[in-house]
This record gives sequence, C-alpha cells and structure tokens, in this order.
Amino acid sequence: MAIRIFIDEQEVKAEPGESVLMVARRAGFDIPALCYHEAVESIGACRLCLVEVRSGARPGISTSCNMKAEDGLRISTDSPEIRRDRATNLELLLLRAPGSPVLRELAARWGVRPRLQPPPDAGIANCILCELCVRVCAALGHNALAAVGRGEKKRVGPAFGKPAEGCVGCGACLSVCPTRCIVMKDTPAARTIWGQSFEFHRCQVCGQPVITEKHRAFAIAKRGLPEDYYDVCEPCKQSQASQRFASVVW
Amino acid sequence: MTPAAAPAVDTAKVKEILSRHPAGDAGALVNVLHDLQAEFRYLPEEALKLAAEHLQISQAQVFGVATFYEGFHLKPRGKHVCTVCMGTACHVRGAPKLLDQLERDLKVRAGGTTPDLSVTLETVNCVGACALGPLLIVDGEYHGNMTTGRLPKLVDSVLKEGKS
Repeated sequence: MAIRIFIDEQEVKAEPGESVLMVARRAGFDIPALCYHEAVESIGACRLCLVEVRSGARPGISTSCNMKAEDGLRISTDSPEIRRDRATNLELLLLRAPGSPVLRELAARWGVRPRLQPPPDAGIANCILCELCVRVCAALGHNALAAVGRGEKKRVGPAFGKPAEGCVGCGACLSVCPTRCIVMKDTPAARTIWGQSFEFHRCQVCGQPVITEKHRAFAIAKRGLPEDYYDVCEPCKQSQASQRFASVVW
Repeated sequence: MTPAAAPAVDTAKVKEILSRHPAGDAGALVNVLHDLQAEFRYLPEEALKLAAEHLQISQAQVFGVATFYEGFHLKPRGKHVCTVCMGTACHVRGAPKLLDQLERDLKVRAGGTTPDLSVTLETVNCVGACALGPLLIVDGEYHGNMTTGRLPKLVDSVLKEGKS
C-alpha cells in the first residue's frame, strides 16, 4: 500500500518504511550523500543527507538515508539551517580525509574552505569511516572487513590485521568507496588488495583477466553457475554470439 | 623490546567456555569475550576465531567488537597489572618519575608486558584519587603518595608473590 509524503511541499508516493533519501532521489530531489547505497542498510555515517522534518512529534534536522517514510511525513531538503549543518559536517569530513577529491569538490561547490592540505600519498588516509565497504562486503557474503578500534585509532580493515579468509579480491569495497581510498593494485599477473594477492582467471579467447580465481570459485558455488561461466570474458562472449548470429543469418 | 610471545592456547578450554553460550547467538558476543578474557587474561586470536565459529558470525565482526572496547586485550597480559596514574595531579607530583623507574626496573615500556608474562605496565589518565597522588595501582589495589624510594620494595613484593 502506497503512502504519501511531502518533500518541499510536493506530494510524492512512497512505500511504507522506504528510506526517505531513496524516495526523494527517485522524485528528482538532489540530496547529497556519500555513505548511502540502496543495496545495504543505511547507518547515517556521512551526515550530508540532512533534511528538515516539519511534521510529527519530533521535527528538526535529521539524516534522510536512515529515516523511514511514514504517511503524511513533511520534509524540506533545503534551508539555511540545512546548508549550515551540511557545511559543518563536510568541514569535519575534510579534516579526516583532506585529500579526497569528492570532498574537495563538494567543498568548492558549497563554499567550505578546507583547513588541511591534502597529504601527498593519500590512500586509506582519505577514509571517512562511513563503513560502506564493510556493509557491502558483508552483504555479498564475504564478511572480510570490519571497523577496527575506536576513536582516533578507528580504521577499516580485515580481522587481526591479516589477510582475511573471506576476501575474494572482488574489489566491491573499492567500487562503492565514496573517497576511493582503498588501495587495490592490478598487474597483468595478479590483483593485490587488503594485503592479499589474488590470481586472475583469464579469458580463454583473448587472455584478458576476467575475475580473480577465488572470486570465481565463490560465485560458481554460491550462484550455482556452470564451471565454464567465467572462461570467456564478456566482450569475447558478445563477439562469439554475434558470429553465431551471422552464421545463422547468412 | 620484543613483544611477549603468545603462549599456546588451550583449545579444549576455549570450547568449554564457548559451550556455556548457545551456538549461533550473536548477541552473546560480549559475554563470550568477557568469559574468554577471564580465563586467559587476554583474547587469543585462536579463541576469537573459535568464538566467531561458535556464534556463527564473521571473524571481522568479532575482531571489530574486541578492538572497540578498551577493556578487551588482544595481546597477552601479565599475571600482575601495574597501573601508573598520569592525571594532572599525579603528573605534577612525580608520576613520570615513577613510570620511568618502573619501565627501567621491569624492563618494559608502558603498555607492554614482561616477556615472562609476570607484569603488565600501563598508564591511566586519571582515576579521580588526585589527593593520593602520585598514585600507583597494583592488581586493583591503590598505593597513594608513592615515591621512587618505596617503589622497588613494592615491585619486589609483587613479583615474589607471582613466583610463589
């Protein structure tokens, strides 16, 4: 059963319990967020998706990613207060990750002056501890990462600071990382990430890397794929298919 | 300073402790960690791995929780714990001298444990007993108005007790 919420006085349809951020973005509202991904649970870590609740028993500024849509909810997505609070939160994120291009671009757009110079070799130093990598890794069933330690010593990494058994070198953590701070190195021979090296499974036609061997084994077992599923890369599969198609037609 | 070598972990004992908690009950994690630490004085890596298996959660989750709380230790701890208060009052009344002397006598840095696992030396920022400063806490017992002169006797008595 659909419900109605009001975003900047505009009526928008939603499903009960949906993330307000998701509903607003679907309706075309531009709310910034770094730690949000619709595939995983929202934890309101980056605190940039602030909106103002104007209805109900608890009005005020709150994160929208982990706010659930309720019938009749009224929010606004822009006000001097929201801008001020977003700018403050961005300033704090910039102190933690001064070299992050994403943060610096937002800062330039919002008129926030970065207080620290970007470090020469950023890498994991640009982590804003949003734990999106941790959540995505767990959702994929690898469970290789955790937030380790607390306070200023908090970092994201594998258990015991050692290569994680569950890590398959899929690189999903890096692909969702808002500040791209996870260090992954691909050479023709292998991929290195989180202190572990993974050999590639290669395309039998062109020899290009398709997937890491460990990721291949995991995916075939979990998704019940045929053993040869990853033996040919996508572009080669396509050209094979088009040749087959051509041979049928002519 | 080489870190104290981790002694072999009694796997049977770990399993016995784990069996007190229902398998697959992720919510019991902190209780499990407490029980393990009560037995081993720290949380051995092997024990944490078995705990993850027993509670059916990932090693990463267990490690995240174990490192979150100050009260859990991942390195072997000494039979005795010697804590020097470094709060402002203790500091101005000579706590750094006490710490220096302890580090020298025990041959271990603050935060470290002697290789024979007899003593762990650590500092604390303030325990609120400022009138007693400088304050030394040995195995939970508070020794106020500590001096470098009285220190060797106290340390000796603790170490002897440890050997008996």
